[in-house]
Amino acid sequence: MRFSLRDLLRSGAIEWRIVHALLMREVLTRFGRHNIGFLWLFVEPMIFTLGVTALWTFAKMMHGSSLPIAAFALTGYSAVLLWRNMPSRTIGAVDPNLALMYHRNVKVMDVFLARLILEAAGATISFVVLSIVFIAIGMIEPPEDLLVVTAGWFMLAWFGFSLAVFLGALSEEYEIVEKLWHPSAYLLFPLSGAAFLVDALPVAAQQAVLYLPMVHGVEYLREGYFGSQINAHYDLQYMALCNTALLLLGIAQLRKISRMVIPE
Amino acid sequence: MIKLIDVAKFYDTRHGRVRIFDHVNLAIAPGDKVGILGRNGAGKSTMIRLISGAEQPTSGRIERTMSVSWPLAFGGAFQNTLTGLDNLRCICRIYGIFPEDKIEFVEDFSELGGYLREPVRTYSAGMRARLAFALSMVVEFDCFLIDEIVAVGDARFTEKCRTELFEKRGDRAMIIVSHDPTYIRAHCDRASALVGGRLHHFEDLDEAFSFYNAAMVGPAEAA
Repeated sequence: MRFSLRDLLRSGAIEWRIVHALLMREVLTRFGRHNIGFLWLFVEPMIFTLGVTALWTFAKMMHGSSLPIAAFALTGYSAVLLWRNMPSRTIGAVDPNLALMYHRNVKVMDVFLARLILEAAGATISFVVLSIVFIAIGMIEPPEDLLVVTAGWFMLAWFGFSLAVFLGALSEEYEIVEKLWHPSAYLLFPLSGAAFLVDALPVAAQQAVLYLPMVHGVEYLREGYFGSQINAHYDLQYMALCNTALLLLGIAQLRKISRMVIPE
Repeated sequence: MIKLIDVAKFYDTRHGRVRIFDHVNLAIAPGDKVGILGRNGAGKSTMIRLISGAEQPTSGRIERTMSVSWPLAFGGAFQNTLTGLDNLRCICRIYGIFPEDKIEFVEDFSELGGYLREPVRTYSAGMRARLAFALSMVVEFDCFLIDEIVAVGDARFTEKCRTELFEKRGDRAMIIVSHDPTYIRAHCDRASALVGGRLHHFEDLDEAFSFYNAAMVGPAEAA
């Protein structure tokens, strides 16, 4: 078989058409046209982040630095929402969409893509809006290096995406994935770097916690936000390696389950 | 053309690997009207899904050089919480058609009127079937796959569907899967019988039916 650039462009156009169709369908089924509708996409994560910020402020949480708790909660909790909600949207995503698979061009990956784009967009808008609000009312200082913040955010989104594709595809074959994901996500939260700075930990704990890829992303995000006030620990190469490995495993598993999916 | 080349399908079940069919070869040229006969559970619907591309064969190849519809009897992947109109828009987006041109046709043909703007979950079974059929007529295909009898609503609506599908689109290829001889006789030029996991071809409908009937009364098919 011969592949030409034109075929590739046509495939790309079809792919975008399908993802767009699923995206619109997803927005309507998830948020509907009632009350604020589509705005829930980022209002919900905003409420989460605001709540956690308030809780941590009142509890005067110790995080081992002189940073304002608001800045700490905003960067930490937004990051958690980003990588943790993506797998939650892909695990078990095939079943409610089985009937759509009757349309030849609709594949499992398209269902995943539509849901993940939506999830990432929600978390990102929430993070950006809250950042602007917090900065505007003087609760936190503007980021020191916006490019580093963006890169850190991208790395976390990439991690969430890869994890989501992998776990989503795996959950189609093994039901236990869904059962184990909730406790794991809950237990990973305190270890993910959201609620502490790596620098504040004992050296042995630092080494252990830096095995988790998302910790590097959160540290890099904070490096961009307030790098001069903290000593961030990160290895983006290690994180990129983990992300790539997860994504490849995910795509392989996706290929395997694509042969087993039967439209209802 | 649609070509099935040495296609086999197996399912992994709790009691091991089950063969649905194998060594299946089939060629459909533009305009062909082919019936596929088979008793319940013979694998007719699986074959339709393979031809449509919704499902992949375990081995063998399927080549398509003409556009193929989704299986027509099927509900059209309705999202029950969405309105009929939103479902129409979704289908149109998937197939790259501008939806606004099609609203009038669907409204008219399905006879749903204002209900098109209500959630599908409020529809009766008949209303759903009418919407499903109207949606299947929105996208033009070279080959239509028809799974069992497209009997929708009352006699008058059934007649309307027949005109829309078999008269207005009489030039297209059609693959009709059914165990009803009358329906196959009315719309097909040739037929194949899915018996014992093999597809047997007949140029003549009478031969196909006599083979199929003999297989039905004969001993249970050896798996």
